[in-house]
Formats: sequence, structure tokens, C-alpha cells
Amino acid sequence: MSEETLDLKGLLCPLPVIRTQNKIKTLDTGDILVVLCTDPGTLHDIPAWCRIHGHEIVNSTNESNEIAITIRVAH
Amino acid sequence: MTNQRRAVALISGGLDSMLAAKLVLDQGVHVEGINFYTGFCVEGHTHAIRKKDRNRAKRNDALWVAEQLGIKLHIIDVIDEYKDVLINPKHGYGANMNPCLDCKCFMVKKAQEWITENNFDFIITGEVLGQRPMSQRRDTMQIVARDTGTNNRLLRPLCAQRFEPTLPETEGWVDRERLLGLTGRSRKPQIELAKSYGYSDYSQPAGGCCFLTDEAYSTKLVDMWTARKDRDYSLDDIMLLKVGRHLRPKPHFKIIVGREEGENRFLEGYRKQFIHMRTTSHAGPLTLLDGTIQSKEDIELAARLCARFSQGKNAPSVSIAINELNGNEYTLEVNPMKPDDIAESWYV
Repeated sequence: MSEETLDLKGLLCPLPVIRTQNKIKTLDTGDILVVLCTDPGTLHDIPAWCRIHGHEIVNSTNESNEIAITIRVAH
Repeated sequence: MTNQRRAVALISGGLDSMLAAKLVLDQGVHVEGINFYTGFCVEGHTHAIRKKDRNRAKRNDALWVAEQLGIKLHIIDVIDEYKDVLINPKHGYGANMNPCLDCKCFMVKKAQEWITENNFDFIITGEVLGQRPMSQRRDTMQIVARDTGTNNRLLRPLCAQRFEPTLPETEGWVDRERLLGLTGRSRKPQIELAKSYGYSDYSQPAGGCCFLTDEAYSTKLVDMWTARKDRDYSLDDIMLLKVGRHLRPKPHFKIIVGREEGENRFLEGYRKQFIHMRTTSHAGPLTLLDGTIQSKEDIELAARLCARFSQGKNAPSVSIAINELNGNEYTLEVNPMKPDDIAESWYV
């Protein structure tokens, strides 16, 4: 099980979703990915993408426009 | 083990591709969606830049469609590859800078590559015969099928009955009788079908899902190319064409002026890449300068325009903070430009 962080700050949707999707392809079930974003749209889109692919959102925070979404991978 | 057939559906986020995927999904085929991001896509967040649209759903419509259908969605970044489609379209442009036929060929070809790599059987699109003047005519739809190497594996469920049967039909992977024969520009059959499935909150953007079909957007794109004497572009370039007032007072530079709070916030994200200015004595917009600034007169001209769009527009003097690319900041006192002095031709 690994834990990785992906810095997607400054990118606008849907690019953060695309980068998250591409990163998750390289990870294994049970791995943790933390994505850091600034586009508020990611708070909606990344969980939506995770729901349809079956990945779990473990945590999501939004402090002074810096968003951190923690995902547990489930292939 | 069942021999369930697998199809990939091109999902734009609009109603037609959603219904096309649904018709095939209901026949027991395993369907996954694919959505291409060209940079010109109109989606929920683009609308949400402006404050007046803030209450609209900030959602990615393609993801919403996938979730409604209960299918996986793969979003593919084609920003770089798409440049050649836009800059050199073999079949030309539509009413604006929309290379619809080349775009459709490009996307179907990419989908064909995807099904080969992922071992899927066929491709689904939401095309309707006669719905779009360029890409959805009988002759052009046949060009797409022919030129993309899909070998008869391209199924258009909404109008399949108007064409010769494709491989998924002749092989019995789908029942042709349960596909449709829609034609023309009326949206009524699709709206009725959506209703029968219980879909109500779907997206129906006027002019489709691409900024290139928009006249004002296309004008700005061509202006940018003309000024730079180069048709290349970056993602930032094409994002910035979506927001603000664009005025070109000199051939070598233009200004981008936020029209309201939401746009100012959006432009804030780009300010470090440009010489930028804002009013300090009065409330006013963030203004970016794009091009080559050749003199102090250029800066002053831009500052007077910036002042014109501020609340100090009728004041004798407005203070403008100018930020250079190296981070230096200084202030200019300027007389806001009078409306009669702003040539109509400056508005891009």
C-alpha cells in the first residue's frame, strides 16, 4: 500500500480530473492518493469521477481555497 | 462465462449521446463512456466563471451523464493533438471556426484506437441524421465512417435505421429493431425519450458543447492569430478568450478587462503571465495586457481604458497600479478615456 500526493493547484476542470484518473491507473487497490487543487469545481468533479469508478473518497478539505481530496483506490 | 459485448460511447455531456448510450446499455451491452477535452469545451465551470451564473450547477456534464447511466467515463486530454484539427481542417470550417467534420473524424478515430487498446467491440455516437449542417448529413456521416478505420463498428443508435446495418447489428450484438431512425433538427423525439427514462436535468447548451461554434469566440481566436501572425495557441490562450472584454487599441497589443467579480477572479489566476493593471483610487476591473508593449504610450493608453471601465470613469483622474512582468509595481494617474475616443473597431 502506498500513499502519494498529486499537486494539481492552478489547473482548471476538467484537467484535475484527467490527471487524477491517469495517476490512479498506475496505482493498486488500497493505495491512497491525495490530490491538491485550487479549482472549486474539483470538489464536485473528482468525487463524481471516483463514484462512477468505485474509488472511495476518504477525506476532503477546503481551507483558504486550497483543496485536498484523499482517495482510496479500488480497481 | 457470458460473451457480453463491449461498446464505448462518445459522451459529450449533452442529451443525444446520453440517449444513444442508454439505448445500447438497455440491450445488455457493457458500455463505458469516453469524453475528449479539447480546451474548447463548454462545460459547467465555464458558465460558472461569471457571477450571475454562480447559482448554476458547477458540474461536469459528461460526468453527470455517466453517473445517470451508471457507466464508467474516461476523460481524455486531447488539447495538443486537437491543434492540428483546428488549424488544418481537411474539410474546412462551419459557420464560424468550427471544424465539425474533421473534429468528428478525429474523435471517432481516437475512439477506434481506444477500443483496439482496450479490447472493446464497437463505438456509439449520439449523431442524428440531418441534425447538424456540416457533420450530421448523410454524405458526411458516411465520410466519418469511411475515413476513421472503424470497419463498420461505428453505431449511431438514434438514427441507425436510416443507414445500412453496421457490424453490431448484423452480428446480432444489438437488435436493430430496438434502435431508432431519427432525422432532422427537431429535439422533440429526444426530449420525449428523455422523459420516458425519467431524465430531466440534462444539459442543453445553445450552440452545442463547443466554443468554436460561437461567433464572438471565433472572432477573438482569429484576431489573436492575426495579431501574432501565427496560428499556434496554448491552453491559457484559448481559456482567456472565453472571458472578459477584449479590446485591441493597437495591432501589437490587446487588453482583457474583467467584466465583473467572477471574471476578475478568473483573470487573477493568469495575472503573473501578463503586464497587468488595476484601479486603486476607485473600484474597477483587473486588466491584462496581451502582446508586445512598445512604449510608455501603450501603457498609458491601456491604463486610460482600464480607468474607463472602473467606477472612476467620470472622475478627472484615476490611479492605476501597473504590475510589470518582473514583479515591479508603479502607479500612474490617468484621465479615463471618453467613450467617443474608444473606436468601435477596438472591440474584438
